Amino acid sequence: MCKRTAKARSDGAPLTHREKLRRLREILFANVVMAGEIPAPTGAERRLTRFLSDRFTECGLANISLDHAGNIAGMLPGRVGRRTLLVSAHLDKIWSETDDHTVSVGAGMMSGRGLADNSLGVAVLATLPLILEELEIDLDANLVLLGTTRSFGRGDLAGMRFFLENASHPIDAALCLEGIELGRLSYSSLGMARGEIHVSAGSGELDHPEDTGPGVATILAGFVVALRRIEERESPASRILVGSIEAGSGYSVAPRSGMLRFEIRSGEAGHVARIGEEIAEMVATTSIGDGLRASLEMIAHRSPGDLGSDHPLVRHARETLELLGIESHVAPSVSELALLLDRGIPSLTLGITKGENRHSPSEAISLEPIFDGLAQIVSVLRFMDEGKPS
Amino acid sequence: MSELDQRISRWLETNTFHHSEFWDMQELVRAKRDAGLTISLCIPTLNEEKTIGKEIIVFKSELMDRYPLLDEIAVIDSGSSDRTLEIAASFGADTYLSSEILPQYGSKPGKGENLWKAIHQLRGDIICYVDADIKNIHSKFASALVAPLIYRPEVQYVKAFYDRPLAVSDDLRPSGGGRVTEILVRPLFSMFFPELTALIQPLSGEYAVRREVLESLPFPIGYGVETSHLIDLYKSSGLGAFAQTDLDNRIHRNQPTSDLGKMAFGILQGFMKRLRDYGMVKELPDLHGLFRQFQAEGHRYEQVTREIFEEERPPMITLPEYRERHGR
Repeated sequence: MCKRTAKARSDGAPLTHREKLRRLREILFANVVMAGEIPAPTGAERRLTRFLSDRFTECGLANISLDHAGNIAGMLPGRVGRRTLLVSAHLDKIWSETDDHTVSVGAGMMSGRGLADNSLGVAVLATLPLILEELEIDLDANLVLLGTTRSFGRGDLAGMRFFLENASHPIDAALCLEGIELGRLSYSSLGMARGEIHVSAGSGELDHPEDTGPGVATILAGFVVALRRIEERESPASRILVGSIEAGSGYSVAPRSGMLRFEIRSGEAGHVARIGEEIAEMVATTSIGDGLRASLEMIAHRSPGDLGSDHPLVRHARETLELLGIESHVAPSVSELALLLDRGIPSLTLGITKGENRHSPSEAISLEPIFDGLAQIVSVLRFMDEGKPS
Repeated sequence: MSELDQRISRWLETNTFHHSEFWDMQELVRAKRDAGLTISLCIPTLNEEKTIGKEIIVFKSELMDRYPLLDEIAVIDSGSSDRTLEIAASFGADTYLSSEILPQYGSKPGKGENLWKAIHQLRGDIICYVDADIKNIHSKFASALVAPLIYRPEVQYVKAFYDRPLAVSDDLRPSGGGRVTEILVRPLFSMFFPELTALIQPLSGEYAVRREVLESLPFPIGYGVETSHLIDLYKSSGLGAFAQTDLDNRIHRNQPTSDLGKMAFGILQGFMKRLRDYGMVKELPDLHGLFRQFQAEGHRYEQVTREIFEEERPPMITLPEYRERHGR
């Protein structure tokens, strides 16, 4: 099924490719369904890794391997093989193992948890060898297909980080796949840091922390206000996003501990570190009452990076989108792209289709635009293969 | 251990499979080709727009495009008012309205009618029936049912069974059927056809059958179709004609108890008829066809009645149109 056929270098017309790729419709959609129905919370992606490994095996990829970080990789050897290209998709989803991952297929849409982020990306990765075969494209460069683990939250891109630190082939250019949004063109990364502020009562110190002053929840709310003040001062160059607050379990039970998660983002070099130091100082010096403790833990960092809007790879991606009649929108990334750019690897993140309700139980993707997304990916990949992006 | 117990135990050992035994799809496709078999998948539908698209995508991708095990995928519809047929066709299934197949014989309501007409419409030497309301669909729902028919020429009829999400303790799995199976069909089988109790889920809607068997069976058009099949084939060929495959897990719509009552009533009608036809009871009175349930509103109790008549279609082989179409 996946035997690669003779080479044929066309002029790369994405419009022709888009039509030809409809022949793979059911195979691609079935891969979306199957990838979508496998739970893969951060750090527990093993079953999805197995799925991708099976697909790579069926397609006859070389060097299929599971690394120590749990990433799954396989290679399509190039005709020349002097250069190596990377296409990656993160495997983990924001949903837990016990959430219902049933996918529904309707007329023109699919819906289900994690389809946009990032089951569609994983499905396209699984189908890419067939896509190239269908279009009779043999790349000169080796093509590494990589499903990465531990992308979200405390995972802190551990999968991609491990791969880049230990890759046996230097990567010449890379493409990261995200399910939505078609037209997304990410070629820069924001500086970013993630932190957690923990507030807790020492063991046995207080049965009712609220009795002696402001309790855990109130203190966390105070920290939110303080973060907002810092953000107002730094805006618009930098932002502080409050991701979640956890404390308490009911009306009449005073919480003994709580946590506030936040993320600092900035396009300006050095700003993230400076703001992080300010928050650390704030946490250390805020008076929170007897028997309670506050601490700060920084759990993830990214450096800002930028390929530049005039980079040939960016220009080509934009022109391809124009040819397909899709409006491009530039969106700096804080995900895997940041690590690639940080290493000086010309890289992009592209979205594959249109979607809605991202990160909600009714997350949905449109089916028809997927073929525009595939044509775009193939076009960019062929451009990378010609060695122009570096 | 009685002789009956031993026969059941032997059958469970030799004719009960787990889907993982058929993991090698290339080998299965090769064996199918070598045996010169064709296989049709039939999905009977009535307003299944929420689940039909996914089933078609998965079966077509995995069992036609990737591994050419199925020769056709057909949806036989009872007249859906939603977009079931449109969605099924858009993903590559052949779609038919049950009423337009053999129209000269009229159209009757009921899933059994669709299954019966599929025998005429579809071409396969094996027909695999799969219900349309499966949420966790996987290609094994068809491949692991046709596999015993491909590898074992003496097997005629393969039933699916699954885990049901009840309490599980130690290594014992809750290998029971649904509610109607456990409180109606299994007690009846235990009394009259004890060997058939070895079928763990006799009412499951997923099964694969050879054409020679299907065309020779009468078809109750309603709830009794599965039970009647089992009894008729058992009486003609014995337990050795059956096999069953464990598909691990099936998630589907749960039916309200009132609907299960109607199902049980229909099954009992077919069952009684067979007891009489096979001379297993001396005499039965005329059986009422009105199923009575009650609903309470305050202190008022109201009868809710429904006429349930398990009409049967004759064996397909008796129809000249069928014999001509299929060269029988």
